[in-house]
Amino acid sequence: MKSFFAYIAEIFSAIWSLLTGMKVTAKYFFTPWKNVTQQYPENRDTLVMYERFRGEVIMPHNENNEHKCTGCGICEINCPNGSIEIISKSIVNEEGKKKRVIDQHIYHLSMCTFCNLCVKTCPSDAIVMGQNFEHAYWNRTSMTKVLNQPGSKIMEGIKE
Amino acid sequence: MAEIIEKFISTTDQIKTDEYLVNMGPQHPSTHGVLRLLVKLEGEIVHNVEPHVGYIHSGIEKMTESLTYPQIPHLTDRMDYLSAHMNNEAVCLCVENALQVEVPERVKYIRTIFDELQRLASHQLWWCASGMDLGALTAFFYGLRDREDILDIFEETCGARLTLNYTVPGGVMFDIHPNFQRKVKAFITKFKKILPEYDKLLTGNIIFQNRTKGVGVLSKEDAIAFGVTGPTGRASGFSCDVRKHHPYSAYPLVKFEEKLGTDGDSFMRWKLRMDEMWESLHIIEQLIDNIPEGDYALKMKGVIKLPEGEFYQRVETARGELGVYIVSDGKKNPYRVKFRSPGFSNLFTINHIAKNWKIADLVAIMATFDLVIPDIDR
Repeated sequence: MKSFFAYIAEIFSAIWSLLTGMKVTAKYFFTPWKNVTQQYPENRDTLVMYERFRGEVIMPHNENNEHKCTGCGICEINCPNGSIEIISKSIVNEEGKKKRVIDQHIYHLSMCTFCNLCVKTCPSDAIVMGQNFEHAYWNRTSMTKVLNQPGSKIMEGIKE
Repeated sequence: MAEIIEKFISTTDQIKTDEYLVNMGPQHPSTHGVLRLLVKLEGEIVHNVEPHVGYIHSGIEKMTESLTYPQIPHLTDRMDYLSAHMNNEAVCLCVENALQVEVPERVKYIRTIFDELQRLASHQLWWCASGMDLGALTAFFYGLRDREDILDIFEETCGARLTLNYTVPGGVMFDIHPNFQRKVKAFITKFKKILPEYDKLLTGNIIFQNRTKGVGVLSKEDAIAFGVTGPTGRASGFSCDVRKHHPYSAYPLVKFEEKLGTDGDSFMRWKLRMDEMWESLHIIEQLIDNIPEGDYALKMKGVIKLPEGEFYQRVETARGELGVYIVSDGKKNPYRVKFRSPGFSNLFTINHIAKNWKIADLVAIMATFDLVIPDIDR
């Protein structure tokens, strides 16, 4: 007889344990304003990423189409997976001296692991991490980017 | 595979006809990745489990041989992706020990807070995913919802959510964000209210208890013999917390309790991780207000060269003890790097403890082991 009551008690405690769990879900069911879901593709215009977000490597240019990159190649050396290629050219400046400047700063987005080492080691802060995170393309070639804009030149006063 | 079947057929005189082999994985949802278990079944009873690893072997140990020391941490993110920060820290501590440099106090505090936040995030994901394995789908959404808060804190300070790469040899990559302390404190207050909800939702649930209590008992002797560490080992009563026995970073400064279990069954492993979450909150509370002023990184040389020799450092990840063993020949690249990953040792007890249980219990055992497959394969 005793075990019979224990059996009944077990059934009730089991149902009670299920109801305790249901109470939690019911609480959220009846308070839908506590939901944290973001409607992602719809909220694209208002979506603001954190300022340190590592989306892609970009090279900021000022209004005169000037950048800070000296073409030293430190980012290329520090990149763990070879996603940066620096192609430099030599020009003759007004004083008649030969000078090496950057021709193309090639960035392979498809190989990048967003480790931030290139940005961290850049001596002239020429490259930064951008906020764009939508990196889906139809073909592979568009994932190779040239970071310095055509016709751009180095900013005045950047130490080489 | 063909060999195994041939071997199996050749021994049919010893085996009953109704015993058969089932491949669980590599694409089975409850193996949490590409782990293949070759299960020998008699009806529903498991007779033998043979784990086959290597489906996501990425050769991280070999790849590190061609990288410089500041570049290595970013690869270890991909090992145990749920304890990315601890993996980074293990490599950085090993390099710092080899160079015999002392990082600033501020760095130690930041690293420890990040460790514990990462442990919380990992345990939250474990909680929700193993709840889902045992049939509680609601748990999955609740766990991911709360994990988002921690990932946002990470994202604000270091720009990444999963593969952090926040620790660099000699310090951390950025200083903490001005909002960091405020957000962490807000998270602690919020999470202290949510954690009892986790218990209400699943721990007390009768279906859950019947499926885990007494299932897959790992004795203390076996835990030591197999080298099981982390919460899985501590649930069996094996005191193996690296934070307590070989303290690193700011762990000597904080007071916390090493939770130890007694039963070693699936429910104990579950309970222990829930208790660890409370302890993690407790550790963060002690540190968050007292972060000392100072530099966030040491000025290191452009090219870091380790002296010749062998260096070993262990840290406690969310899964157990991670060991980093670096052999250096004095160049800027290591000669050989070996990672002792916790998941590998933990996984191979499964044949020992899952024998004679039902196949559904095997899922329960796997769920409470908290396996991360890239950590096992490296």
